Amino acid sequence: MLALVLGLGALALVVVLSVAVGAAPTTPAEVWHALFSPTGSPTDIVVRELRLPRTLLGAVVGAALGVAGVLMQGHTRNPLADPGLLGISGGAAFCVVLSTTVLGVSDVYGYIWFAFAGAALAALLVFTLGAASRGGPTPVTLALAGLAVSELLLAITSGMVLGDGPSLDAYRFWAAGALDDRGADLTFQVLPFMVLGLVLAAANTRALDVLALGEDSARGLGQNITRARVVGLTAVTLLTGAAVAVSGPIGFVGLVAPHVVRSLVGPAHGRLVPLAALVGAVLVLAADVVGRVVVRPAELAVGILLGIVGAPFFIAMVRRRRMVRL
Amino acid sequence: MTTTEERTREVAGRRAMRMGPVSAVWRPRTAAVVIAALVLLVLLGAVSIGRGEYPIAVGDVLRVLVGGGSRGETFVVNQLRLPRVLCGALVGAALGVAGALTQGVARNPLVSPDVLGVTDGAGVAALLVIVLAGSGGTAVGLLAAVGLPVAALIGGLLAAALVVVLAYRQGLDAFRFILVGLGISVALVSVTSWLLVIANVQQAGLALIWLRGSLNARGWEHVIPIAVVLVLVLPVAIALAFRLDALDLGDDAARGLGERVDRSRVLLLGLAVVLAASATAAAGPIRFVALVVPQVAVRLTGGSRPPLLASACAGALLVVAGDLVARTVLGGEVPVGVVTVVLGAPYLLYLLVRRTRKDSA
Repeated sequence: MLALVLGLGALALVVVLSVAVGAAPTTPAEVWHALFSPTGSPTDIVVRELRLPRTLLGAVVGAALGVAGVLMQGHTRNPLADPGLLGISGGAAFCVVLSTTVLGVSDVYGYIWFAFAGAALAALLVFTLGAASRGGPTPVTLALAGLAVSELLLAITSGMVLGDGPSLDAYRFWAAGALDDRGADLTFQVLPFMVLGLVLAAANTRALDVLALGEDSARGLGQNITRARVVGLTAVTLLTGAAVAVSGPIGFVGLVAPHVVRSLVGPAHGRLVPLAALVGAVLVLAADVVGRVVVRPAELAVGILLGIVGAPFFIAMVRRRRMVRL
Repeated sequence: MTTTEERTREVAGRRAMRMGPVSAVWRPRTAAVVIAALVLLVLLGAVSIGRGEYPIAVGDVLRVLVGGGSRGETFVVNQLRLPRVLCGALVGAALGVAGALTQGVARNPLVSPDVLGVTDGAGVAALLVIVLAGSGGTAVGLLAAVGLPVAALIGGLLAAALVVVLAYRQGLDAFRFILVGLGISVALVSVTSWLLVIANVQQAGLALIWLRGSLNARGWEHVIPIAVVLVLVLPVAIALAFRLDALDLGDDAARGLGERVDRSRVLLLGLAVVLAASATAAAGPIRFVALVVPQVAVRLTGGSRPPLLASACAGALLVVAGDLVARTVLGGEVPVGVVTVVLGAPYLLYLLVRRTRKDSA
């Protein structure tokens, strides 16, 4: 309960900051004015047309990635699982680039299906690798499998864009993982997929608790393993695919959010999933606000910032725990 | 010493070769692999040299290489095309040896200079030079002044040192090594994509080509540094390889044999990192060569750990062949690094699946 209050408080704080902080300086009075009695002044437009949609987008993308991380760590029984590290974002990104450069798709409803296909393929690969061994794959196996998949897709992607100036230009901005210039309509277009993913994740929590005992015990307790895996995989695909389609690949949220929550409320997935959504949203919004401030007047894309800040967290985890021998 | 060698000979059933203080065991299978790889390398190299806007037959190329041929052909071969092939061969050899050393030290087929941060560190340094040269303050100014290859070398060495320092904790554990290297790589890749975003389009294009590992427009000025590094480091590595034999027995046994385990590890890893960073400086990051080649070489030669010389030859062969494929089959300006990743990444997945199966069996 305390964790929930803390999480909601943090979310409220970053939402306020995200609406109030940016390249155009705004006073709190101006923000208030824009939110509750807009008259079409320049600051009203900045706040209502740019910052509010961006804040909403950051919140839903963060929530999706945080929950995807919980599902992946639960299903692989692996503390280092993350949609970015395991190549699932990479799979979605590859298919989006494929559809936009080679097939000329420009509508988000066109390429989101490619994002889902890419995420599903990569997720399937990871889960298959997990199923190939009885005790589950070690963190190293999973991490290297993710590395191999991401590197392979990255090589092919860059092979496609290298000879093509405009694609290359679009690609490098999108690949950084950013929330700016996305527009409110885009957020609402991907929102249904994310909501569906969150519902499936919520439905998956009891199965995850049972699966945490190991596949054999779970089967003994009457759990339908295949169905649980399929539901989980579908949820991960929907959440990651939609997030990548709209914001580009953003890493480490799916790794950090579940660990933060687990240290607060323990391993029960019924509490992990909603709180990880909250913490994921807070992480992405906070990184986005910081990214707007640190290199003024330019912006540091949220994906880049999380990559630089998330890596030390990852290394600290690797050093602290004796998980490496799992 | 003589008695030890005699005993080795008797136990292994192999003839020992001695030249003064140096001794080695004669392994016919390894020698056959090395010779076959070298012959193939020369042939493929000649084919690669012959391909281009002004095609030259393989026989003519070989004649030019041994000193004959017309003046025009001599110019095209020696000045324009030979440096590219030679650069590829030397880079491949350096990567092969670097991979064999790291895999031997870690006693783990999954460790390679790629996961030690060498390639990504070199990438960040190179991009700093490409993107920020002239506008990035003293540190970048210094990097730009020493030139892109040296900057890449420095970046690779620094990143690897960072990984070793962070992964060192009561000894070097292979798995912790891989994971720490992965974390550092992710951070460095984030810096790379930031540099790509702030670059202009031309710089970004240049940077992306460099980042994929390409042999385009490589001249003698690229060949000579990597050749010097190989000539200096390879004999040292081969001379120290017997330490790997001791490490192969496990830490406790190696200590019992009088081996200073961690010092030997760091020394051999240092050699590997220098080789890999020099290779990256010469041609950009050509990924997965250092991972795949030693594993193929050890299967061909049938030893207990990746052989150094055979890995060098196989690495050279892979990069030259990859470049040939990239230039002829795929056409255009596809960098050789794309080919090696497309070959190497599935092989890594295969290794992982096989290991996982074995662990659970």
